[in-house]
Amino acid sequence: MSMKTNPNITEPRALQWLLIGVALLFLLLMLVVPLAAVFFEALKGGWDLYVASLVDAEAKSAIRLTLITAAIVVPVNAILGVAMAWLLTRFDFRGKQMLTTLLDLPFSVSPVVAGLMFVLLFGAHTAFGGWLESQGIQVIFAIPGIILATLFVTFPFVARELIPLMQSQGDSEEQAALILGASGWQMFWRVTLPNIKWALIYGIILTNARSMGEFGAVSVVSGHIRGETNTVPLLVEILYNEYQFVGAFALSSILALLAIATLVLQDIVNRIQARKLAAAERKEA
Amino acid sequence: MSITIENLNKTFGSFQALNNINLNVPTGKLTSLLGPSGCGKTTLLRIIAGLENADNGRILFDGRDVTKHHVRDRKVGFVFQHYALFRHMNVFDNVAFGLTVLPRSERPGKAEIAEKVTNLLKLVQLDHLAKSYPHQLSGGQRQRIALARALAVDPKLLLLDEPFGALDAKVRKELRTWLRDIHHELGVTSILVTHDQEEALEVSDEIVVMNHGKIEQTGDADVLYRRPKNAFVAEFLGETNAFEGRIEKGAWHYEGFSWPLDQQGRWQEQTAVGYVRPHEWRLAEAADKMFSAKITDIQVSGALTHLAVQPLPKGELIRVSFATSEASKLALSVGGELALSPKQVYVFGQSELIDFAI
Repeated sequence: MSMKTNPNITEPRALQWLLIGVALLFLLLMLVVPLAAVFFEALKGGWDLYVASLVDAEAKSAIRLTLITAAIVVPVNAILGVAMAWLLTRFDFRGKQMLTTLLDLPFSVSPVVAGLMFVLLFGAHTAFGGWLESQGIQVIFAIPGIILATLFVTFPFVARELIPLMQSQGDSEEQAALILGASGWQMFWRVTLPNIKWALIYGIILTNARSMGEFGAVSVVSGHIRGETNTVPLLVEILYNEYQFVGAFALSSILALLAIATLVLQDIVNRIQARKLAAAERKEA
Repeated sequence: MSITIENLNKTFGSFQALNNINLNVPTGKLTSLLGPSGCGKTTLLRIIAGLENADNGRILFDGRDVTKHHVRDRKVGFVFQHYALFRHMNVFDNVAFGLTVLPRSERPGKAEIAEKVTNLLKLVQLDHLAKSYPHQLSGGQRQRIALARALAVDPKLLLLDEPFGALDAKVRKELRTWLRDIHHELGVTSILVTHDQEEALEVSDEIVVMNHGKIEQTGDADVLYRRPKNAFVAEFLGETNAFEGRIEKGAWHYEGFSWPLDQQGRWQEQTAVGYVRPHEWRLAEAADKMFSAKITDIQVSGALTHLAVQPLPKGELIRVSFATSEASKLALSVGGELALSPKQVYVFGQSELIDFAI
């Protein structure tokens, strides 16, 4: 609240403080206290125990699997997201509206259902899954299933960030590049990509956060094989159910730190975008 | 480079954007495609550039069929209405773009590119802005940079899509003159799309008037203005007043007045509209007047004096212009009456009005 606010268009001071107080109290109870509790519980047994529970074999395996998943899912979905946004903003075709709606399916369907879809498609007792298994490829209850489920759940993030931006920018710069003799690649790398850079980074940050934190869909396809198919969120639940609170909260603290890092990054990217936009608009006016 | 367009058609769904277009654009001339919005002029320009595909018909550059050529192989310069400058590149890099994307074997060296870009920026008088970004420039400056960018690849054909449409009136006028000068200097075959007849008349060597996806008439400003082929062209170019009369016995009749027509055999008896331009009136004797009118307003603007007159006993207000030197001798005053007769009437029968009336 700025001291310069015009008193003629604001509410009485008491009401202002009441509303602000309520909002702050809510934030404190719902966000700050739980977050602090995670770190408090994780460090209750002391720093040594905290570190020990993170370097435990099962924990290390879960962290490694989570990182591998993100390392595959993020670039794949970044590329697919750009391709999808390109398709939906630069071309007109039959069924485009349908495709745009379908793009939101991973957001609208419960992650558990998403996981089940993959079990039904690739499970050992299905025709396709059975055939794959006879070829020595196991999808469900193995790493490929986890990656597939995560790919599905995080698919829309990049495209959703890019589509509004690419729509508002239009395609005349790309046309100008082509007329000037640029090849498709030159156009993409030198005109399209620089124009969508910040929105793309934003989408990638969101994709990364979700792919590391996804629980529902991954839980269904993982099979919870200890030391093999448990990601960090899955292991947190298992440890918690086994009353290993320090381990559960230590791993949770890793996810919480990831979340905080994501928010900080998001904020930085947002600021850069806003600054560029403001600069552009200032000159436009 | 001369451009030939043969039997070109284009539809968008059920909308016929271009209807059997045949056109010849001579080398080194600045040709305007002029028409109201939706007449197909921009579509035609984009098809020539290769940004759109025609349904059928051919496009020839210097007699060479380029209909199937990809936009990047046509090597034309294109200037967009909204500039389409690369927003993340500075002015220098924008202008240099066309040179830096050339295949390695044809690409000039860095120093050569820098020299060429600097020369182009001097040509458009913006060399001091080389390090600026598009968003730091005014609209007029952006469009000049866009032109420099298009010229960097030495196009044999320059296409301009309403290049001054987004600018305010004063800048638009300046840039028109400036474009005219640049065209004289470089002599590159150019096609300009515009809906502004004043712009077309002022800038172009040749004007193609379009309406409803068809070419109505092609010619220089003088021909279009003095010998419009149909009602649309007469009304679209310059100011006119329309009078509904009748053709009988080889003359056009309006109330008691009659105007003899050329090629008398061509005309059938029919109702027909006669168009008279404001400066093509003369003061008449009672015997040969078209009508008497009351002066409702007088405006002296430099060499011309504009009158608003009300035909008697009734009728819509009509604009009449006299040379001020002539008008001052006539002792005109608001409320006064005068008898008017046209120096020239453009008469078009019903069949020529049908297209236009839609």
